[in-house]
Amino acid sequence: MLAMPLLPEILLSIVGMCLLLIGAFSGNRVAKPMCYIVAFSLVGSLLVGFLSPSGAAFGGLFIADKLASFAKTLIVIGAVATVIMAAGRSVSADGVGPMRFEQPVLMLFATIGMMLMVSANDLISLYIGLELQSLSLYVLAAIRRDSLRATEAGLKYFVLGALSSGMLLYGAGLIYGYTGSTGFDAIQSGVAEMGQPSLGLVVGIVFLLAGLAFKVSAAPFHMWVPDVYEGADTPITAFFAAAPKAAALALFARVMADPLAGADQAWGQIVAVIAGLSVVIGALGALAQKNIKRLLAYSSIGHVGFALIGLAAASEAGVRGLLIYSALYLFMTLAAFACVMAMRRGGRAVETIDDLAGASRTHPWMAFGLAAVMFSMAGIPPLAGFFGKLYVLGAAVDSGLYVLAVVGVLASVVSCFYYIRIIKLMYFDEATDILDGPMPRDLGVVLAIASFVILFFIVLPGPIVSQATLAAQQLLQN
Amino acid sequence: MIIGLGHYLAVAAVLFTLGIFGIFLNRRNVIVILMSIELMLLAVNINLVAFSAFNGDLAGQAFAVFILTVAAAEAAIGLAILVVYFRNRGSIAVEDVNVMKG
Repeated sequence: MLAMPLLPEILLSIVGMCLLLIGAFSGNRVAKPMCYIVAFSLVGSLLVGFLSPSGAAFGGLFIADKLASFAKTLIVIGAVATVIMAAGRSVSADGVGPMRFEQPVLMLFATIGMMLMVSANDLISLYIGLELQSLSLYVLAAIRRDSLRATEAGLKYFVLGALSSGMLLYGAGLIYGYTGSTGFDAIQSGVAEMGQPSLGLVVGIVFLLAGLAFKVSAAPFHMWVPDVYEGADTPITAFFAAAPKAAALALFARVMADPLAGADQAWGQIVAVIAGLSVVIGALGALAQKNIKRLLAYSSIGHVGFALIGLAAASEAGVRGLLIYSALYLFMTLAAFACVMAMRRGGRAVETIDDLAGASRTHPWMAFGLAAVMFSMAGIPPLAGFFGKLYVLGAAVDSGLYVLAVVGVLASVVSCFYYIRIIKLMYFDEATDILDGPMPRDLGVVLAIASFVILFFIVLPGPIVSQATLAAQQLLQN
Repeated sequence: MIIGLGHYLAVAAVLFTLGIFGIFLNRRNVIVILMSIELMLLAVNINLVAFSAFNGDLAGQAFAVFILTVAAAEAAIGLAILVVYFRNRGSIAVEDVNVMKG
């Protein structure tokens, strides 16, 4: 069987098409059971993926290696958690209208796209996977089609996403032209033969970087992130923040460290600038935000910047740091969005930071979980976020990027202000209005599991660190 | 004059730049943005086909066909989002896309 490494994606695609047929005949009332079917089949596909052989398939277009399986595990965790949380919110955030059945199906298709793009071993399969993901996400952003904010978010996301796809393609075209192949292995040897990268190749790398930076929402290509986070329905925003981030970061690492490894003096400095700008803009942009979803959007820009600091180091330790950081950020963002989804008053979603005031009295466990997440995002030891920053900053210092490391630490200090402000609101301010009753059970479970990882990463770093180390080793060897 | 690879690349670069400027300088209409996106993708296709012909490698032309297919899907989704946006806002002027800021 030639396509065996591709088996999980094939099975998921069949499930997706069957669900589309079922939805077309049964309508929106099957949306909630569909969410559970999607979650179940995603977990199943992950297990099938562990059992399938690794290696290349389809003439080298697709590769199942350690990096792909690490990233797929993160993607599936993020997608399953957000799909289950979406199933529990089967009415929209503003309390009108049921969830549409297209929502779980599109989430499934977007996840298939992410799994394909982290396994891409050729510019063509990279593009196909990336577009399958992006096209599904454009529609998801605007799926509340009677809401002005959601459709505006969808429109902005579409225009900037299509622009970034165009830049990525232009770069891919130039890289193909100047190395003579679209396959990653052949590009790698083409770059190595060249010695000093030619001007055309460097221009191609710059455009490819710009396109990828859009997809991971790094500065200066971050303009769409706050608007899309704010405008989209909260379960969709949680999905945007969790799975595609992990996938795009893994793809970024693969493209830079595998085919373009020989040109690291060309992309290293650019990635360093992008990373430095992202941490600064993430820290400063969030200071003035009142809406918690916008705040988390700027926070995600900052965290992507930290992960890219690892990549800028252009070393095995750096790639390992990026992978560990994206895994830890996935759990932090899932926990944060579980709390955001639980913020309801009178059955309607509320989104400003001030709505959290006094939450420690009415919702002690939720406040504790959110406080742990905020401390972790701020990078306070002994929580997981501190170790994520430690790995990437350590790699940057080892590679001699002292300025970048200092910028990262300073931005982290500034960002403490808004993370700790939320904790102060929850624990030391009086509640003006009380949030709705206890946290729904599904959100509570997600928050509990994610907070467990954040709190106890210090004692049990094992699986995340060892798998990330293996993935980084394998990526940089070939 | 012999038309070489450089000429094709120059045409593609000009078209691509026009596409980018069309997105950023246009203040009137979102439809123009959709047209600019198509222009960018077609510029990429010229690049790929030119490289494919001059390098004697078919992968570039296969890539161009994939791009054409995906661009059609992208345009369909873009127009669909634009229609639902117009129903809510009653306008597709670029300066009216401003409900969320900050």
